[in-house]
Amino acid sequence: MFFKIEARPEPSKAMKYFSPLVAALLMLFSGLIIFSLLGKDSIEAFYAFFIEPVNDLYGIGELFIKAAPLMLIGTGLAVGFRASIWNIGAEGQLAIGALFGGYIAIVFNDNSGFFILPLMIVAGAVGGLLWASIPAFLRTVFNANEILVSLMLNYVAILLLGLLVHGPLKDPDGYGFPQSVLFSDSALLPILMEGTRFHLGVLIAVVGVIVGWVLLQKSFTGYQIQVAGLAKNAASYAGFKYKKLIWIGLLSGGTAAGIAGVLEISGPIGQLLPTVSPGYGYAAIIVAFVGRLHPGGILLSSLLMALLYLGGESGQMNLDLPAAVTGVFQGLLLFYLLATDFLIDYRVCFSGFRKEAI
Amino acid sequence: MSNIPPRLQLKGMTKVYPTVIANDSIDMSIAPGEIHAVLGENGAGKSTLMKAIYGVVKPDRGQIMWDGEVVTIQNPAYARKLGIGMVFQHFSLFETLTVTENIALAMDDYKEMDSLAARIKKVSEEYGLPLDPGQLVHSLSVGLRQRVEIIRCLLQQPQLLIMDEPTSVLTPQAVRKMFETLRRLAQEGCSILYISHKLDEILELCHSATIIRGGKVTGYATPADETASSLARMMIGKELPVCSREKPVMDGEECLAVNSLSKKADDQFGTDLQSINLSVNCGEIVGIAGISGNGQQELLYALSGEHYSDDKGSITIDGKPVGHLNPDQRRDLGLGFVPAERLGRGAVPGMSLSNNAILTAHRHGMVGKGLLKLDRAADFAQKCIADFAVKCGSKKDPITSLSGGNIQKYITGREILQVPKLLVVSQPTWGVDVGAANIIRQAMIDLRNDGSAILVVSEELDELFEICDRLVVIAEGWISPSVTVDETSKEAIGLWMSGMFPGGPTEDKSTTDPKKTG
Repeated sequence: MFFKIEARPEPSKAMKYFSPLVAALLMLFSGLIIFSLLGKDSIEAFYAFFIEPVNDLYGIGELFIKAAPLMLIGTGLAVGFRASIWNIGAEGQLAIGALFGGYIAIVFNDNSGFFILPLMIVAGAVGGLLWASIPAFLRTVFNANEILVSLMLNYVAILLLGLLVHGPLKDPDGYGFPQSVLFSDSALLPILMEGTRFHLGVLIAVVGVIVGWVLLQKSFTGYQIQVAGLAKNAASYAGFKYKKLIWIGLLSGGTAAGIAGVLEISGPIGQLLPTVSPGYGYAAIIVAFVGRLHPGGILLSSLLMALLYLGGESGQMNLDLPAAVTGVFQGLLLFYLLATDFLIDYRVCFSGFRKEAI
Repeated sequence: MSNIPPRLQLKGMTKVYPTVIANDSIDMSIAPGEIHAVLGENGAGKSTLMKAIYGVVKPDRGQIMWDGEVVTIQNPAYARKLGIGMVFQHFSLFETLTVTENIALAMDDYKEMDSLAARIKKVSEEYGLPLDPGQLVHSLSVGLRQRVEIIRCLLQQPQLLIMDEPTSVLTPQAVRKMFETLRRLAQEGCSILYISHKLDEILELCHSATIIRGGKVTGYATPADETASSLARMMIGKELPVCSREKPVMDGEECLAVNSLSKKADDQFGTDLQSINLSVNCGEIVGIAGISGNGQQELLYALSGEHYSDDKGSITIDGKPVGHLNPDQRRDLGLGFVPAERLGRGAVPGMSLSNNAILTAHRHGMVGKGLLKLDRAADFAQKCIADFAVKCGSKKDPITSLSGGNIQKYITGREILQVPKLLVVSQPTWGVDVGAANIIRQAMIDLRNDGSAILVVSEELDELFEICDRLVVIAEGWISPSVTVDETSKEAIGLWMSGMFPGGPTEDKSTTDPKKTG
């Protein structure tokens, strides 16, 4: 073998925190190379992608609007991920949350009152929670793999939402378009900053992150979750109830995604559509890992991911970049993060060509 | 002897690992037909040195001379070609294959199965280690499995046999038998490198000894001229410490009772528990002796609560049935438990010492209103580090930065500081250096003097005889009646370990082939 991979005797602690930064820089660098291969001026492309979207107050508002669902879902997922419970179904849980919350908005469309919005949020949370309880139930009772179950339920949820928006929830006066009525003001999140779309939902998401921080970093439940994730046998040695932790792990992700779904429809969208999320449920997985499964880190990484969404849109508009560019950047970021994380614990030794002992 | 070149001579053998110098210019020489001990504590560098001789690791510097000629041993195949055989501490056998198939796998030149089986039978009987070549390995006892390993080496007619801590899995009787075989081999001219930290074995068996401490040779000795304590001084650099122990309080109330506990093993190769009865009183230490794999693990899982029992009354703590309770609930009733697996079960790798205190000690004021009180955990960790002389940087260091012995001290300390009414400890000093072992044993004795009931599961008979008041033996899932330590001897317990006790599985497993169905 020309090189071999060996464990580092002492993995650097500092790099555990810096590796997301290194990954982000490598992503940026690769992105510039891709831009120039596409024949774009890389400085101009960089500007269009990363600066222009946020060079005014409106843009910054957009950044937070995009970051809000990501940080909320990312924190919820991190609870499960820390216990090695892999909920890949946030996209579907978000759709069901939006469906439940949207149903409340449609039912009360002719009413007004302060109770509608909170009720929508509760309904969304319940929807996401119920959807996530399916993989939790199957995992705890039949030991079915929660990755597969939650992933497949995404398609079910999105098709279900589409079906209902094409059918019973369609706006009767909507000229047959597959969309619900526009929500009344009572069902919309108030704008907090003049001249932007920065709405109350951003603060709700931040509160969610803080709740997640207390749960993960300060509570005994969070400690048990962490033990279960690091060493399952130690959790069972201590007598922690693993099944309970599975439920907590999956339901917190589902609840967060369900609320995020409501924030989308009662925020920037304002009605129910067949598609309510540009892949937030998947992107939040990356957000959670880039943020080191720590709510503080997730807050920051959600902003980065939001910037990639905005940059992708801006790149399409200004540079004729293909729509896939956002996905490419997300993929690059995750790829580099996994690579840098691997290199924290291992190193590559170039040994030259020589015969190895068997 | 002076004009015959040594069978094997090492000059300046050095092996450096990233964090430690495992071997520091070691010189050693073994004559043909000599039984040579390599003596040292855990982590002294014995195994690294043997692996270098067997071609498993490459030394960084140093010379190996074989029959007077310099050789470079690149790999085990070459070592075998020279005539070096090695019996590893941990077996490398496939459980689902037969004895013959396992041995055929290790032969460098392919042998026809039938003739190989015949040879196995012949050689094994010649050396007084009879084996049934057609038997599946998973049905063999540990002693018989080791025989397979030894016969595998003997078939290659080795000039030098390396044995890495071979007796740690054997009953005293099986040890005796193995010693006879080794002496016979030596008479036939085969040199033997015998690695151990058991002083009495070396005094009994070996012609000469090299003592290693911290990767360096600290002395060469002729065991016949030495005593256990003089060898110990060379091995650990000081006198062998002894625990102080008063007479047991024999009138304590019953704390743990196990009442006809039967349990099917979860694992295909596990051991079923056969109607186990056992009791431990307050103020006494009861030891469970036995060769590993005879049901200790299953029994400990049942006692700790990691496995539930069908009949909740089959285990009682302080008279309360606990068979249906989980480990956390049993701890509320006063149970403390130190498992044999330290990292990953007894402690969480990746967490600090302080956070590892919370794992079982959280009930002692470390949680309030669902939130952690980290300062309480830190105080507890600090006390544990101080009381049990845990060598570490600070309580905030990851537990994985500690050596095995220090992790064991910390985990044992964590359980003892909670003053359990009943402490269950598995392999308390396995792989722990002599100094740390002494601290752990003394702590258990002190806890017993304060009135707690203690149950110790260990493979080391010496240890059990040192600290226990009463002993029972576990064999194939059966448990023997109990005897006080004063009433019994290592030989008697050794006999019981092979299943020969009243109400036990009666056959002598060390000499006959166990036939199991399924």
